Amino acid sequence: MEWFVFVAGAIICLAGAIGVVTSENPVHSALSLVGTLFGIAVLFIAQDAEFLAAVQIIVYAGAIVVLFLFVIMLLGVDSSEDIRVEPLSGQRTWAGVAGVLLAGGLVCVVWFGQTTGARSTAARNDPNLPNVTQIGRLIFTDYLWAFEITSVLLVIAVVGAVTLARHRHEALVDEPPADEIPAPAEEVAS
Amino acid sequence: MILGFDPLLGGHVGLVVVLIVLVKAALTLGICLIATMLMIWFERKIISDLQNRIGPNRAGPWGILQTLADGLKVILKEDLIPDKSDRLVFRLAPVLTMVPAFITFGLIPLGGDFSDGKGGAVHMFGHDTFLQLANPDAGVLVILAMSSIAVYGVMLAGWSSGSKYPLLGSVRASAQMVSYEAALGLSVLAVVLVSGNGGSGLGTLTTNGIVNAQAPWGWNLWVTGLIPFVIFSMAATAELNRPPFDLVEAEQELVGSFQTEYSGFRFAIFYLAEFLNAVTMGAIIVTLFLGGPAGPRIIGPGWLWGFVWFFLKLIVILYAFVWTRASVPRVRYDQLMDLGWKVLIPLSLGWMLLLVAIRVGSDAGWNPFLTVAIGAATMAAGYGTLNLAQRASRRNRELEGAID
Repeated sequence: MEWFVFVAGAIICLAGAIGVVTSENPVHSALSLVGTLFGIAVLFIAQDAEFLAAVQIIVYAGAIVVLFLFVIMLLGVDSSEDIRVEPLSGQRTWAGVAGVLLAGGLVCVVWFGQTTGARSTAARNDPNLPNVTQIGRLIFTDYLWAFEITSVLLVIAVVGAVTLARHRHEALVDEPPADEIPAPAEEVAS
Repeated sequence: MILGFDPLLGGHVGLVVVLIVLVKAALTLGICLIATMLMIWFERKIISDLQNRIGPNRAGPWGILQTLADGLKVILKEDLIPDKSDRLVFRLAPVLTMVPAFITFGLIPLGGDFSDGKGGAVHMFGHDTFLQLANPDAGVLVILAMSSIAVYGVMLAGWSSGSKYPLLGSVRASAQMVSYEAALGLSVLAVVLVSGNGGSGLGTLTTNGIVNAQAPWGWNLWVTGLIPFVIFSMAATAELNRPPFDLVEAEQELVGSFQTEYSGFRFAIFYLAEFLNAVTMGAIIVTLFLGGPAGPRIIGPGWLWGFVWFFLKLIVILYAFVWTRASVPRVRYDQLMDLGWKVLIPLSLGWMLLLVAIRVGSDAGWNPFLTVAIGAATMAAGYGTLNLAQRASRRNRELEGAID
């Protein structure tokens, strides 16, 4: 059963990932990305991490990709771009080298590392308590400092995005409502 | 895999259990579709009464079969796909509007015996079970997740049509639905905050647990102090794109917005999804704020009264939806954004902090009146500061000449 769920989730993830890279239309790429995110959510649920699965969908599929799509629609980038011209010279070669290295590293880790199949003890999973309760307790006790630091990081990103957007404003004559401009930049930055 | 804390799945999962789950799935789907059909009729009938018209009265008694007749007619019509459209996404979009609503409906406790501390479990065929399709651990979060991906259908429908008015509509839709999701989530947070399961001191996110915490009369409507209910109802109306927040389809401005290029069966799916979403959102409001199926058992078996109370409350909420639609004119787009960002989000955030303060205060033994007074004063100060900031930024923009 678990094997079946894993294979189904992995197929959704990989198909989505390939779709993101190969689609010529940016909207199709964004939709493939949603597919990948859903596949990952399925894998989270198979690992009993229901909270992560729900948050994955709320934050990534429900907010970030929606904002991607919003920007794509607003800017009207709905025709396929000419992808033969490289914006940075030699980019494709270096990307290929990095990809091969990463794939090799991953294969090495899986090949030479020892996978026992046992669950990690670091997470201290208590089968009697709901998953959400445990995550909540950990975040607000042991990992409170990391949690708060992350929120400070987000605030900095928001302020930075607003500042950047303010400066560009002066050139615009017919500006869209102010609510809509900083949002995509802020999400990308975070 | 934990499929939620349904006692049905706690023990040995045999053939009977699988059959019960399948029957529950079929029943949920059936209730969903019938409720949508009746909702369309209900809305048309009530609207016509409120507008001194007769409304549908030909098909069946009181015109109750009108939706069925409309559905048959629309299926027989030609299904057009515009030349300039993105064919794949154009076909996908109607389905994407409907699926989240169906999934959400599966999480709603439709009935169950919440009297005498039974926790909503009903005994049938030798097993205890909840009268809801699934009760996942992350309950309310799954509902929020579904409401956050509901925007895809409208957005993609508008974009893929390859024409101007639908595109404008879908840009409006994405901005509106993303904006109001924050207020929606924050008011749900208030509900989660007050829903603990008794002595263990643990909170709960499951829909069953939230209803159980409200049984029989501790409805979140007054436990959370009315404000989250009002905010949730307004944000829900905006999420549903229903009047007075139906900027997305505003016929007078955008023809029909994202539906403009749709016809035949695909249009029917949009129409169905719109009302299905209304029913589902009404059911969520009933579950979160009005105690769901919890209520007194007057006579006869307890499980029967669960259904009775749930559907009575649902009809009241749906009537309120229709009533609002008939009474309130559509807001302007800037009014919509101001309401969402400058009123609903700060208010729901402040109210949640007030609830937190009261909660902490009752644990630490502070004077409750003093806690509320200081909390209210802080909120007022925060609102004043926000107002000042808004005024200052408005004046700055006037000086820059951005607005006149």
